[in-house]
Amino acid sequence: MSNIPDELNYTKEHEWVAGLDDGITVTVGITAFAAEALGDVVFVQLPEVGSTVEAGESIGEVESTKSVSEIYTPVGGEVVEVNQAVVDDPSLANSDPYGDGWMFRVRVEGDPEDLLSPEEYAALTAGES
Amino acid sequence: MSRPTPLRDVHETLGATLTDFAGWLMPLRYGSESAEHKTVREAAGLFDLSHMGEIFVTGPQAGQALDYALVGHLSALAPGRARYTMIVNERGGVLDDLIVYRLEDEQFMVVANASNYEKVGNELKNRAKAYDAVVEDRSDQYALIAVQGPRSQEILATLTDADLAGLKYYAGLPGLVDGRQALIARTGYTGEDGFELFVANQDAVPLWHALMAAGEPHGLKPAGLSSRDTLRLEAGMPLYGNELGPELTPFDAGLGRVVKFDKPGDFVGRSALEAVKDDQPRRRLVGLVARGRRVPRHGYPVTRDGVVVGEVTSGAPSQSLGRPIAMAYVDAGADSGLAVDIRGSHEPMDLVELPFYRRNK
Repeated sequence: MSNIPDELNYTKEHEWVAGLDDGITVTVGITAFAAEALGDVVFVQLPEVGSTVEAGESIGEVESTKSVSEIYTPVGGEVVEVNQAVVDDPSLANSDPYGDGWMFRVRVEGDPEDLLSPEEYAALTAGES
Repeated sequence: MSRPTPLRDVHETLGATLTDFAGWLMPLRYGSESAEHKTVREAAGLFDLSHMGEIFVTGPQAGQALDYALVGHLSALAPGRARYTMIVNERGGVLDDLIVYRLEDEQFMVVANASNYEKVGNELKNRAKAYDAVVEDRSDQYALIAVQGPRSQEILATLTDADLAGLKYYAGLPGLVDGRQALIARTGYTGEDGFELFVANQDAVPLWHALMAAGEPHGLKPAGLSSRDTLRLEAGMPLYGNELGPELTPFDAGLGRVVKFDKPGDFVGRSALEAVKDDQPRRRLVGLVARGRRVPRHGYPVTRDGVVVGEVTSGAPSQSLGRPIAMAYVDAGADSGLAVDIRGSHEPMDLVELPFYRRNK
């Protein structure tokens, strides 16, 4: 069973969302389940800082040895920061997916996509693993 | 439902990510596939390859039967030696690439890919009908464990009295390993020195444990199919279904040297292959090295000035080069200014001759 921290929200695309409560900016990354399924992440492409994104839009990609996946943003708004460290060292997405392997931050405008609670995400991944 | 190998429980205990491969439940990786790749290049990796097929051809005319059935000259092979060869259809299209071991004067073992061995066994049975030889698919009886990497000989030597130092590349001999009967072959699919051990199914688990214990002081680790694929790609070795298939002849793949026209008698595909052997193939198999970090993958178009001039057959990030690499069929003459269309963006590539990686001997 993958690590699914209680304090985060999740998406069906296997991303996590932190900071919804402060209502200003949220941080997004890929889950431990996603990182394990991908294998060694070798390349991360993230959106430009300052770009405007819409909830549900594909804004980047994560490549591993065997496959490539798109990164979706679960919230709309302005991208205020991207994690250059994970671009420079994509293995951070595997070694610390909820910490140093975070992907991008968005100043939220409008409503987020339907997000999953930790319990709902655990149920989703139990069905897929 | 995928078929398990005799080592399935061992893989689960080791925490492997298992995947379906050609109908078999196989270990994709145990931890990090990049670490497994590096381990094979620098020390040694242990692979379960029990999905491969073993077809025995036995009898006074076994060699002649294989000369007719395959493109190689197997009757000329000395006992104890092995050859890389292919089976083609009447049109010269590749049905599989094979390693054939001559075990005895009158016995050969044909090792075929997991996805093809039923087809290969049936073809061999049909093609051998006119010969005094019996074709028997014994894939269900054999497990195959490979030890690959520069430390392989040291590791295996602790478990066998067989003359490993005297065993040449592409040779195989019967011997005892950890007290179990095995065919010990110096073959592999990683670009490193290494051994492949064909053993009875019931010996697979104890042999695996013995090899793990013997190899541990030498840095041996289990390695999955994911690292096997990046290792063989760096070594420029073709994979059936990617670089080889029924629409391509051995000449198309740049492997015309495996076709032995000077052997006696006819063989399946001879006339078709003779007709094309001197043709300049429209496309040739080349290596591509990406200038950027995005990875070209199987099926992606190769372009020049926005025009499609080829197609990627295999691609992966390369540890040894530190950049993504690919094998691709590219139009003859298209040697520079190449790019791969990676999901809409044309990423520049440098063309190189294969292989990407060659070990220091």
